[in-house]
Amino acid sequence: MTTATTDLNFFQVKRGLFSWIFSIDHKRIGLLYLYSLMTFFLVGVTLGVLMRLELLNPGKDIMEAQTYNQVFTLHGVIMIFLFIIPSIPAVFGNFFLPIMLGTDDVSFPRLNLLSWWIYIIGSIMALSTLVFGDGPADTGWTFYVPFSVNTTTNVTMSVLAAFVLGFSSILTGLNFIVTIHRLRAPGMSFMKMPLFAWSLYATSWIQLLATPIIGITLMMIVAERFFGVGLFDPSIGGDPILYQHLFWIYSHPAVYIMALPAFGIISELLPTFSQRTIFGYTAIAFSSLAIAFVGYFVWGHHMFTSGMSGTGRIVFSIMTFLVAIPTAIKVFNWVATLYKGSINVQPPLLYALAFIFLFSIGGLSGLVLGALATDIHLHDTYFVVGHFHYVMFGGTGFAFFGALHYWFPKIWGKMYNITVANIAFVIFFIGFNVLYFPMLVVGLMGMPRRYYDYLPEFHIPNMISTFGSWILVTGLLLMLGNLVAGLFNGKKTGRNPWNSISLEWQTPSPPPLANFDKLPELPEGGPYNYKND
Amino acid sequence: MEHATGLVLPNSGHNRDAEASKMGMWLFLFTELLLFGGLFLVYMVYRMLNAEAFLLASFELNIALGTINTVVLLVSSMTIAMAITAIQKGDRKTSVLLLYVTVALSLVFMVIKFFEWSAKINYGYFPGMEVYQNLPAGESLFFFLYFFMTSLHALHVIIGAVFIAVVIYRTNKGFVTAEKYTLTENAGLYWHLVDLIWIFLFPLLYLIH
Repeated sequence: MTTATTDLNFFQVKRGLFSWIFSIDHKRIGLLYLYSLMTFFLVGVTLGVLMRLELLNPGKDIMEAQTYNQVFTLHGVIMIFLFIIPSIPAVFGNFFLPIMLGTDDVSFPRLNLLSWWIYIIGSIMALSTLVFGDGPADTGWTFYVPFSVNTTTNVTMSVLAAFVLGFSSILTGLNFIVTIHRLRAPGMSFMKMPLFAWSLYATSWIQLLATPIIGITLMMIVAERFFGVGLFDPSIGGDPILYQHLFWIYSHPAVYIMALPAFGIISELLPTFSQRTIFGYTAIAFSSLAIAFVGYFVWGHHMFTSGMSGTGRIVFSIMTFLVAIPTAIKVFNWVATLYKGSINVQPPLLYALAFIFLFSIGGLSGLVLGALATDIHLHDTYFVVGHFHYVMFGGTGFAFFGALHYWFPKIWGKMYNITVANIAFVIFFIGFNVLYFPMLVVGLMGMPRRYYDYLPEFHIPNMISTFGSWILVTGLLLMLGNLVAGLFNGKKTGRNPWNSISLEWQTPSPPPLANFDKLPELPEGGPYNYKND
Repeated sequence: MEHATGLVLPNSGHNRDAEASKMGMWLFLFTELLLFGGLFLVYMVYRMLNAEAFLLASFELNIALGTINTVVLLVSSMTIAMAITAIQKGDRKTSVLLLYVTVALSLVFMVIKFFEWSAKINYGYFPGMEVYQNLPAGESLFFFLYFFMTSLHALHVIIGAVFIAVVIYRTNKGFVTAEKYTLTENAGLYWHLVDLIWIFLFPLLYLIH
């Protein structure tokens, strides 16, 4: 250890590219994830905008049907496996979990670096499908058999990429669980942990216990493509539906890998910006575990039209409705936290409020899909596309950007332009709704998803939706531009610009390498009770 | 760990924490169980769909060799457990010797496996071969699962053996001692998992009635 470097922050202790890409400091690894994630996110956004452009008018606008199939598959693979699954845990979990627990790193710092490298390798594999052979997979991100076995596009590489990325996800989850068990500050019991740590704990267990299933399933697709055994082929005794079961046994819990950390973010934002402790701490903490638990038993609701017994469908439908209970517990507690709070309207709070609004639309439209009768009508329509973009982008996406605005001054010690951030938020929010709400409508009208063409009667909602994509991108670019400008020219901030009442704001911004300049003290009465002068 | 600032955290992530290492290993074993769990699920469904065919196909496997391999792995689990006890008592020499025996047993397992696989491939039961393609419905699935499950297990045997080799190296270098033997314990945990998976594979593939 070097000496006499007391007031250097973690940016200053070492410099140079190698001090970053081989760093075992959890804060640097979090930022490595942030930079790589945002790059892939922008690639995914570009693909999404191109798809919307193609759908501006019926018939061919800018790409062929086959290209469109590949674009929506790559959009899905990038957004799911490269962006949204790692997003909040890998960036903000890595950066803030140890700080929130009052420690200086995760339990296995080198494993943490390894998982970033695995993530990068997986990402390169996923993107490499663009440049060789017949191009990216055209199966949709679900890789359903038998098409994923027959198509000549680069399914094998996409599937292997998803397998490798799964490894990274498992290692991060494993690291977080052990960290939460072993490295909490003296005196910090489980019930005194910040709620973000609780949500990461629940998420990590899902990552750990669900991801191996997709791993082995994807390996079976690879084996199938190499040896052509017809593993899911009924003529040799196989069962094509079994693939769907195996896929969703992972991929439905994965939805909660994406959503739970977002819930954790909201539980951090609301106490800070309403200046009071969270309402219903215990209920929020345990509802995360409840969602993680129930989430394992609802995968069948993706397959109501694939052929399943009546009993099976009813059970899966009831279980699906059960998920709404812990989710609603969270929403009501959040709203109760705001009640009689001293509300300070700042960009992060706007994102949190938008989250609650958009996620509620997403969640309620989810109930429509979870009900058996309505699902038959809506299955594989644009209603589904609208629903999961409301949940994933309107939910996790907004929470991610809310967290970015919230912790920006803590990470870099500088403040972005608040007014511009507010304007960008409004444009972003409007663009989001103009883009995705028409999808719910056009889905109800019966427009199927995953086609590059549609009937003339769907024209107007599709046009509106495409206009929305332009508004959304404008807001997004303004938001990111404002943040980057803040990075270079932002005003310096102190420890606690938001006057927050939680632990991570007690340390200097940016934090020193050891995270704290004095031993962290725990306040009376839970994690949201730090007094500020 | 002491940082540049002079701040000493009792709960530093850079402290040596044997409990954390073991917990990490256990969590990793959970993921391994689920990895094979997915395969067991596929096996269960396909066996229910093709009960007769699985039974017929399983007669092609060599129960004698399977039994020998089961004994080999069980003994190797015992030797690594003894190696842990030895290092706990500070007997480095015995510990290393027992670890060598464990690696040797893993090689015996792999050699026997090699002969079993070659016999099946000679008959043409490997996926894609002519005999395999003409097998009745269900039987080909059995052989696919046989090769898939046993080769995935064999991969774990190899990884486990390499892991134990690392432990031998670290023990000889003096990094593993009577006070610091988590590495040996973790290798033991992993090796027991490899053993345990085989304990399930053996009856599922060889001993069907």
